[in-house]
Amino acid sequence: MIALQKLHKSYPIGKGFLHVLKGLDLHVQEGEFISIMGSSGSGKSTLLNILGLLDTHDKGTYQLNKQEIQNLDEKKAAKWRNELIGFVFQSFNLISYKTALENVAMPLFYRGTPKKERQKIALHYLEKVGLKDWAQHLPNELSGGQKQRVAIARALVTQPKIVLADEPTGALDSATSSSIMTLLKEIHNDGMTVVVITHEEDIAAQTERIVRLKDGVITSDEKTAQTKITT
Amino acid sequence: MFDRDLWREIFQSIQKNKLRSILSGFTISFAILIFTLLFGIANGLQNTFESFFVSNASNAITIRTGKTSKPYKGNQSGKKIQLSNADFEFLKKKNASKIEYSSGRIYKNFRVSHHNEHRNYNIKAVHPEHQFIEKSSMTRGRFINTSDLHNTRKVAVIGKKVSDDLLQNKFPIGKYIQMQGIAFKIVGVFEEADDDNENSVIYIPLNTAQNLYEKNDYLNEISLTYNPTMNYEEALDFGYLIKKQLQERLTVAPKDQRAIRIRNNAEGKKGIDQLMFVIGILILFIGFGTLIAGIVGISNIMVYIVKERTKELGIRKVLGASPRAIVSLILLEAISITSLAGYLGIFIGIGALNLIDDKLEAYFIQDPHVDTPIVVGAVIVLIVAGAIAGYVPAKRASQIKPIVALRTE
Repeated sequence: MIALQKLHKSYPIGKGFLHVLKGLDLHVQEGEFISIMGSSGSGKSTLLNILGLLDTHDKGTYQLNKQEIQNLDEKKAAKWRNELIGFVFQSFNLISYKTALENVAMPLFYRGTPKKERQKIALHYLEKVGLKDWAQHLPNELSGGQKQRVAIARALVTQPKIVLADEPTGALDSATSSSIMTLLKEIHNDGMTVVVITHEEDIAAQTERIVRLKDGVITSDEKTAQTKITT
Repeated sequence: MFDRDLWREIFQSIQKNKLRSILSGFTISFAILIFTLLFGIANGLQNTFESFFVSNASNAITIRTGKTSKPYKGNQSGKKIQLSNADFEFLKKKNASKIEYSSGRIYKNFRVSHHNEHRNYNIKAVHPEHQFIEKSSMTRGRFINTSDLHNTRKVAVIGKKVSDDLLQNKFPIGKYIQMQGIAFKIVGVFEEADDDNENSVIYIPLNTAQNLYEKNDYLNEISLTYNPTMNYEEALDFGYLIKKQLQERLTVAPKDQRAIRIRNNAEGKKGIDQLMFVIGILILFIGFGTLIAGIVGISNIMVYIVKERTKELGIRKVLGASPRAIVSLILLEAISITSLAGYLGIFIGIGALNLIDDKLEAYFIQDPHVDTPIVVGAVIVLIVAGAIAGYVPAKRASQIKPIVALRTE
């Protein structure tokens, strides 16, 4: 699903460059539940941005869904993001003046799905995250956990190939965190590839594979004791 | 493809962000409102000044005489100068190419009667061409003609008010009115809109008046219009020339201001035209100023809107919005608000002008109105300006990396 080879990325800082990613090699199979760990400054956010087609890499190759990602223009990147990737963010990033249902339906709007169908699909995914009754509520009427569930529903609504979750529990208390992780696990059990970026050990421990990143290089890559839960 | 959806999206954004929409709309409405009112009031001023000149030909020159104020060529000051038919013919002959219409005038005020109705009216004894100098428009019959003049016919052309008062509902043509015991036959009725003074005048042939009442060939006044092709300078010079000709003919000192008095409308017209020009420039200046203020306003608001929405736009990009979708979202919203607010501004402005109507006539504002194309043009200018002002930040926002946009909390 994801194949990185000798991936480099640096940012201009003043007159010099900050070398953030220093030749990463990473393969993620379809259906994996993987976490990328690292402290701040390890390059994990940069890696997420590149994986999510939100930023470009300098050197090396990146294959997503067997397609080479190289010199994507904004339009194409937007299209592929819409088709291939579902995003979950630490700060939820819901549009404040839209209801939960409209937020979930948003990616379908940019895909050109007719309104009725959009709402039907969105409602289905809201139901899946247990928020069917909250469909007409605005984000500020929802709790943090509920907001993240809406965001997850929004990530799934386009049936992407991969879900990228950037510190999905970073803004939540531990009880809510574990329910969100359970939800991600369920999604994984349905066959979705899920990549979680986190700096919390106990969150990473709930995934099936942990990749540790330090100063732009991978320091370890190991399977955990986790196995698929059967529902 | 999803055009209808896009509009729904924009409408929702406008509706859900009321304060933002109202603020930006208010700027536009207000700019257009001020613009409309200014142009309307300016037009009202123009109408007033123009109306000063419609009743009389603006190229008219009137010549009157009085007593000399300076001794000249053996004559003491205080000598009465009198215009006569000969002077009239002299001027006509000497300035044939420069005169358009000309007429002598004798003023009388008689008690006029028809059956049992009696009233006092101003009588003007004139030449046929007087009709064109005074711009009298005939509603019935004809004006005095040359045949009346040569045959010293006792005919009268009466104003509408004279007809209404003396003859009431009777058909006036062919009826007789009595003036100083002499019967005059009515041959025409004229009317000047909204001028009761002028409508209370009775015209009779000049020669008839001289024969019946004066027993001489004197004139009170000579009135003429100069060739309309003349410009101000030529018209003014023509006025001076006439004065000089008459001064020589009637032995009046060249510097005597009282003996022969010339009233040249060109002098007044020049002043009024200059005033109108200045007012026009002022209005244009203020109008453009208002528009520019509106443009600056909408530009500021667009920059602010894009900044406020950076995060939302970032989210939309992450979810698959192309740069073009972002730009059109911002632009179409700006254009819809501007159009709607502009329309509202026109609506209120024209409504206000209609309400003012003629209530401000005392302040020289008459029938204030605006030409719709001008105001619609102003709105279009604002829409285009808003679109351009919105395009730059929208384009920038569409190119910003979503991840950067999302970082702005």
